[in-house]
Amino acid sequence: MKCRRCRQPAVIDLRRHNAAFCSDCFLHHCREQVRRAISEFSMFGPEDRILVAVSGGKDSLALWHLLRELGYSADGLYIGLGIGGYSEESEIRTRAFADDHGLTLRVISLPEDHGYDVETAAQRTRRAPCGACGLSKRHLFNRAALDGGYDVVATGHNLDDEAAVLLGNVLHWEPGYLGRQYPVLPATEGFARKVKPLVRLGEREMAAYCVLLGIEYQVEECPMAEGNRHLGYKEVLNDLEARSPGSKAAFLASFFSRGHEFFRDAAGGEQEALHGCVECGSPTTGEVCAFCALRARVVGDTPVTIGRKD
Amino acid sequence: MKVLLRNPRRELEIEGPMVADVLLRRLDINPETVLIICDGTLVPRDTRLSDDAEVELRPVISGGAA
Ligand code: SF4
Ligand SMILES: [Zn+2]
Ligand SMILES: [Zn+2]
Repeated sequence: MKCRRCRQPAVIDLRRHNAAFCSDCFLHHCREQVRRAISEFSMFGPEDRILVAVSGGKDSLALWHLLRELGYSADGLYIGLGIGGYSEESEIRTRAFADDHGLTLRVISLPEDHGYDVETAAQRTRRAPCGACGLSKRHLFNRAALDGGYDVVATGHNLDDEAAVLLGNVLHWEPGYLGRQYPVLPATEGFARKVKPLVRLGEREMAAYCVLLGIEYQVEECPMAEGNRHLGYKEVLNDLEARSPGSKAAFLASFFSRGHEFFRDAAGGEQEALHGCVECGSPTTGEVCAFCALRARVVGDTPVTIGRKD
Repeated sequence: MKVLLRNPRRELEIEGPMVADVLLRRLDINPETVLIICDGTLVPRDTRLSDDAEVELRPVISGGAA
């Protein structure tokens, strides 16, 4: 196969684009897709300070790299989840990447700074690990962005992640989730703006980006992910994609351009009822926010019970 | 050729030469889900993999839901 742009030998084929690229042209393609996503959804401008949620995996490291390549000012935040060897290795990769590229990395450790790890939280609250993990990460990224004076939190959710989430939301017709599923969520009182600049790039592209640049990312899967229903959705979507290249991208892009507006009103309704969490000040509808409630139930040092009972 | 697979990590010995696309089909792997890395270099699906090649089929699917 030859590169579509320059006719040199290709290193990767992208059936969705009916194209193959050489290394240089592929990297150009990735930058171009991110540039278009940022401008299409008015995510941020050159003056904005961006906090990138980095996990040490391919998506977040590639995102951080791409934002810097495109000239944005972006610091990273890594959250140690206490998931054994997986977390240790992820942190090593993240720190090495930041060092190699002279980037500013902030690190928060769930076990050291908040007294629990994802697995314990999952067990004690009988939630799925990804539920407890996601809640903790969203809260801490948001807090860190507000406290650090950042304008926006950028996450490495890619086209495949978002298409899988969309399939899940559609299978259950979740109006609130559908209303909130968008590549940019504007800042509201107590919440930083959130953006997903990789929505136009698939996970195969993100892995290839890292391989071509010699970015050593965490290749192993998080052990908690097994059996996760999003993996099932990705499998279904990839079967569809193999039969009909471009399906995933069309599914997601047409939702953003034609479907999302019908759910937008379902997304924001609760805003008025929010006030400050008595523990941390984050906006919440209850007395304490979901994060502080989770933490109290796992660590057991706060006599507050709220939310789901076991 | 030596074929390295991950999650779980394992190694297969498969007789070459063989076009990468055929290898994927033989192993029942959806090409959307892997990168083909031949002797340390990323290659497209129509690449002829020689019998003495070391081929990594690196999965690209992450499972996190958050
Ligand atoms: S797979 Fe689940 S538990 Fe593991 S890092 Fe991702 S969200 Fe957290
Ligand atoms: Zn080229
Ligand atoms: Zn709180």
